[in-house]
Amino acid sequence: MLIKSMKTTAVFMSIAITTSAAADEMWVSNEKDDTLSVIDIETMEVVRTIEVGERPRGITFSRDHDVLYVCASDSDAVQVIDPATGEILHDLPSGEDPEQFVLHPDNRRLYIANEDDAITTVVDTETRRVIEQINVGIEPEGMAVSPDGKIAITTSETTNMAHWIDTETDKLFANTLVDQRPRHAEFTHDGSELWISAEIGGTVTVFDVASQTEKAKINFKIQGVHQDRVQPVGFEMTKDGRYVFVALGPSNHVAVVDQKTYEVIDYLLVGRRVWHMAFNGDESLLFTTNGVSGDVTVIDVEKLEPIKTIKVGRFPWGVAYRPSP
Amino acid sequence: MPIMTLAPLIMGATIALILTICGSMPATAQDQTDVVVGYIERRVPPPPVLSNLEKTPDDLGIAGAQLALKDNATTGSFLNQSWTLNSSIVEPDGNFLQAARKLLSQTPFIVVKAPRDDMLALADIPEAQTAIVINTNLADNDLRDSACRSNLLHTHPSRAMLTDALAQFAASKRWTNWVLIGSKSKADIALADSFTHSATKFRLSLREHMVWTFEADMRRNAAAEVPLFLQAAPDHDMLVIADEKHDYGRYVLYNTWLPRPVGGSEGIVPSGWSAAVEQHGAAQLQRRFSYLANREMFAVDYAAWAAVRTIGEAVTRSQSAEAVTVRDYILSDRFELAGFKGRPLTYRTWNGQLRQPIPLTHPRALVAMAPLEGFLHQRNELDTLGLDQPESGCRAFVTGQ
Repeated sequence: MLIKSMKTTAVFMSIAITTSAAADEMWVSNEKDDTLSVIDIETMEVVRTIEVGERPRGITFSRDHDVLYVCASDSDAVQVIDPATGEILHDLPSGEDPEQFVLHPDNRRLYIANEDDAITTVVDTETRRVIEQINVGIEPEGMAVSPDGKIAITTSETTNMAHWIDTETDKLFANTLVDQRPRHAEFTHDGSELWISAEIGGTVTVFDVASQTEKAKINFKIQGVHQDRVQPVGFEMTKDGRYVFVALGPSNHVAVVDQKTYEVIDYLLVGRRVWHMAFNGDESLLFTTNGVSGDVTVIDVEKLEPIKTIKVGRFPWGVAYRPSP
Repeated sequence: MPIMTLAPLIMGATIALILTICGSMPATAQDQTDVVVGYIERRVPPPPVLSNLEKTPDDLGIAGAQLALKDNATTGSFLNQSWTLNSSIVEPDGNFLQAARKLLSQTPFIVVKAPRDDMLALADIPEAQTAIVINTNLADNDLRDSACRSNLLHTHPSRAMLTDALAQFAASKRWTNWVLIGSKSKADIALADSFTHSATKFRLSLREHMVWTFEADMRRNAAAEVPLFLQAAPDHDMLVIADEKHDYGRYVLYNTWLPRPVGGSEGIVPSGWSAAVEQHGAAQLQRRFSYLANREMFAVDYAAWAAVRTIGEAVTRSQSAEAVTVRDYILSDRFELAGFKGRPLTYRTWNGQLRQPIPLTHPRALVAMAPLEGFLHQRNELDTLGLDQPESGCRAFVTGQ
């Protein structure tokens, strides 16, 4: 009798969960509210606000979207969250002041930048143990991993370098200088190029991965905005190899770059101090976090047009896509 | 995938290009380069002030240099560079030039915190002519003007940059009528002159320049004395204080005759750096500094930090540790320093001044960051602050860069 009633409850719960997460979602970390805002992509509204640790920044889902990882920078922890319930399941050891991280394609190893410690920490999300700590430059921030999982990248903001990590040995095998204050790194989907943004340098540098040498440098120029305010930070690449969208910080614009020719095609006006961005599942929509204005701009990727602004918490920083379960 | 146990620099195309031009540093990064930065300071007994509250930290300045050296050394560890700071602290009665000569025999990169006479004497000795001397504490406008030296760079902002910053702020607020309070000290007269000049530059009206002459102990009777003193002033939008020693100005706040905002040496303060600066990653610099020094970071610490980081950036990017190459690089348009003020910092080629935004702060927060929006300049908005090229009488930089 008792068992039967429990079963009923379980069934009931699963129904409740399915209903509450019917649509695709965007998860946004609000740096100065210690919360996450969950946006329903269909209605374009915030449907949930979840309290997390102090100063949440980096945010990413596991490959199967079963759990969410959040860097709670000032709590010195990576928090593991059940996206269905919003419950914090446990903390992972992360080293001090984790800012950004990247999940290895093995869905198990997290490479975490410890901003205050000049260290990249590698954590096993299953055993919840630190596997390795790698000395990198000062204020590590940008994190990337190659599609084949062989290379991880940390960029250091004050040392102005990209540090190339061999993920088999977790040792550095190259260090390349980039422009001032590198913020974000991404591999192209075919793994042949590594792109790195430099906030104060005002550039995005394209590296050839095989030789770790500079292949191209992209500059930005927005009419009516002083060059010093054009500060590339987060960026995302479309899987079809067509576009790269680059957030240009306090210039309040996102640049649209041709992934093949490196030419800037357009500049789209978004909210104030645009930081990071994420695509929805079919990459028809792009969501940007706008730190100062405290909102998210939705961009129509086909039309290259901002179509909506959604108010979230204070200083939205990171954003991650969750398909409906 | 090439796996190497050490961490060699894989050079980008641009760097390789620069390398072929300057041959002074070993062509391969695997070769060790040892860079020494000199830090020289003349200890000065603190001037007498009315308040007993604050003590100038003993490591003011050098703590910033030490932090920057650690920054340089971390970068250097990936490039096979070693970085050393040789410091020389000269007592008030010590022989400054002797210490300077000794340091110059070890390195051409000299970071200085010293009174004006020592600073200029150092810059003028023959051994220093090919060196890079960086002023981290003097704000004197003429050092960026008629009294400039070609081997003397300035990471500390000039008085003109500071007073222009406040004037821009006042102009943007439409606080166009100023009353200025100064004292009879040389520094305060220089600061008051600079405020006067800035008021004209930004079309503010300086209604009166009042001179503080009280000799009373203001810890007891500011409430009684200050309103009476200010009752005589004409109406104004903002009260500006020129009090570089921070002697009497603190007693003026909230004791004014008219309810008016106060700025300058107290109230809304323009400076090279303040503990209240936190944007643009500044919180990280503040945190790293306080780990190291166990106190907040001041403008002189920041200037020393920027000086040592300038050498660090220039050596790393120019691939040379030779003074001539490093100086050329610093004054070229390729140089830029990420200084946690939201814009790249560069040097003015006409007087060696580091261009930088000027924070306007009160003790608990940033009020504004100058240059303010709307103050435009054909070259760089940062040049709306301080002596612009046409205004500067400095000619030492014109030739022989």
